[in-house]
Amino acid sequence: MSDAYRSMWAEMGLNLEAHDVLLGVLGNSYKEIYLAQKERPEGMGYFDFVMSEVHGLRIKELLDEKAAGRKIVGAYCVFVPEEIALAANATLVGLCSGADFAVEEVEKLLPRNTCALIKSAFGFKLGKVCPYLESADMIVGENTCDGKKKAYETLGHLVKNLYVMDLPQVKSENGRAVLQAEYFRFKAAVEALTGVTITAESLKTAIQTVNAKRKAIHRLLALRKADPAPISGLDALLANQVFFYDNPARFTASVNKICDELEKRIAEKKGAFPAKTPRILISGCPQAVPNWKLPFIVESSGAVIVGEESCVGERGTRNLTSESGQTVEEMMAAIVERYFQVDCAIFTPNAERLAHIEEMAADYKADGVIHYGLQFCQPYLMESIPVEKALEEKNIPCLRIETDYSMEDAGQLKTRIEAFVEQIKG
Amino acid sequence: MGMRRFAGIDIGSRTIELVVVDGAGQVVQSLKADTGFDPLAEARRLLDGVAYDRIMATGYGRNLFEIAFEAPTVTEIKAHALGARAFFPQALSVLDIGGQDSKVIALFDTGKVKKFEMNDRCAAGTGKFLEIMARTLGYDIAAFGDDTLLAEQETTISSMCTVFAESEVTSLIAKGQSRRSIALGVHASVMRRVAAMIQRVAPEGDIVFTGGVANNGCLRALLSQKLGRGVLCPAQAQFAGALGAALLARETV
Ligand code: SF4
Ligand code: SF4
Repeated sequence: MSDAYRSMWAEMGLNLEAHDVLLGVLGNSYKEIYLAQKERPEGMGYFDFVMSEVHGLRIKELLDEKAAGRKIVGAYCVFVPEEIALAANATLVGLCSGADFAVEEVEKLLPRNTCALIKSAFGFKLGKVCPYLESADMIVGENTCDGKKKAYETLGHLVKNLYVMDLPQVKSENGRAVLQAEYFRFKAAVEALTGVTITAESLKTAIQTVNAKRKAIHRLLALRKADPAPISGLDALLANQVFFYDNPARFTASVNKICDELEKRIAEKKGAFPAKTPRILISGCPQAVPNWKLPFIVESSGAVIVGEESCVGERGTRNLTSESGQTVEEMMAAIVERYFQVDCAIFTPNAERLAHIEEMAADYKADGVIHYGLQFCQPYLMESIPVEKALEEKNIPCLRIETDYSMEDAGQLKTRIEAFVEQIKG
Repeated sequence: MGMRRFAGIDIGSRTIELVVVDGAGQVVQSLKADTGFDPLAEARRLLDGVAYDRIMATGYGRNLFEIAFEAPTVTEIKAHALGARAFFPQALSVLDIGGQDSKVIALFDTGKVKKFEMNDRCAAGTGKFLEIMARTLGYDIAAFGDDTLLAEQETTISSMCTVFAESEVTSLIAKGQSRRSIALGVHASVMRRVAAMIQRVAPEGDIVFTGGVANNGCLRALLSQKLGRGVLCPAQAQFAGALGAALLARETV
């Protein structure tokens, strides 16, 4: 690890000792989980590089962008429109919250029965280990689930630059009006931050950039419909995770390159797993970096994951923003339209999500669905019961999992998942 | 050609069971030991002198065994389903209460697993809970169920958590409540927990009850009463998992 990075981290105010621990854990699990996989596409080398430099080169790039006058906006939720940030000369990064950190400190501020994602977001702040968080000029929270809503009140005392976006909970005309008003408020806030006024031209370019990134990931996801699956669920999840961090243009090019390779694989009937391997669709809570626990267990239990109905996955990336608008107003309306379709469980009712799960199960030829719920996540755990019921009525086997980031229950999960795979095989 | 023999070993958290079947799937040997601190050493001891052509492992220690003995494995869900079917070929619902977990399995008519649920995060509704309560009440676990059948009334135990239930029982004893009525309360508490799981997962037909706790007549009676369904206990209830694994070893080529 270069000394230049160390001084960069120190200048950002990271706790170097704690940060070393985090990087150590991250590096090890990446090696054991990712590099140990067989039959990986060569193009994944790009993601190996991204992950090895996730706190290094990418941070340096962001700092260079900052030095050149760009601003960094950090977000915790897929409802924060990247198009608006980009159009105002800001870079949007996802703030990862996929590992436990500084748990004792966190539990001084949050009740124990808070989901692992929220606790992790706090842990990275309190432990001073996340360079994305520290480099962000603006941190966007959003009023989604109760846990996050209330947690942002507390987070507001820990960071100087928290901006909270309100979100509707109902897909009604009033709900749409709330989203529209909030996106205009966000636009004004980002413009004030960067001093750049969004123009029709900059917004159009931003929409095209984000759409290109989405199209590349759509292409990747569509290739997973093949049997044998050309790419593991772990690798596809990683691409979905890096979606939130990487430079958009480079990400797009790299994913497209992997897709070219996967198309060849499919033509040669080659796969990451043998043909007829039981196929699993994961549905539920987001899996943020470096939360690779579930796919690791599933794919070491004789099954392959072929899709993620998740915000780090198809719920987050599906649907493009229409590029047909000519004025800022028209394009803003297109953005509202696109994001208003995200079927997060904080909405009520939320029948679209169930329909999407069923559609994905059919499209990806899944043999079964694993519903992934983080412990204490009320919205998704609540929905998991009707989801299971509806799937079983259609004879789609479903396994509901409730877990967190610790490895304590790994053995028990493995038994359940192996039994589920046996069940699918019949 | 000598007779072919197939073994199944169920390495649970408390006990290890070994079953050997012949080429026709008939049980020719069954053995049992406490798991102790070193499951592999116990397994080796149990296997000493036992002849078999193939072996398959199940239970929470199956992966340890897989590595040490290069043997294939099957989860306890599928193993119990197969074992229960061998005992009762029509079974559609299986309940297994082991030392530290409980599970309910629903089967298709064909015997394949349709759905299952496991409780392994909490001792309530497991053999461990009954054992601790028996000890607190001064019972020998083997006699716990039979004696409780004689209870005339039930003292309700409200705590679900083993630790709280234990102190609740202690204070009920101190208050002079009859031992049998408290014991009935303890059984009813386990029954309610398990019955809810059965109704959710496997709402059809008689229930085949496997695992060591199946020998508890009081629990069987309470369950049958509550659910209005037959609760069947195979003679070798504790060997269901090992039997299922042995039968699978026989099928596997
Ligand atoms: S699950 Fe809901 S709250 Fe969480 S990132 Fe997705 S849209 Fe946002
Ligand atoms: S996982 Fe659930 S509880 Fe946690 S932040 Fe997301 S919606 Fe809220």
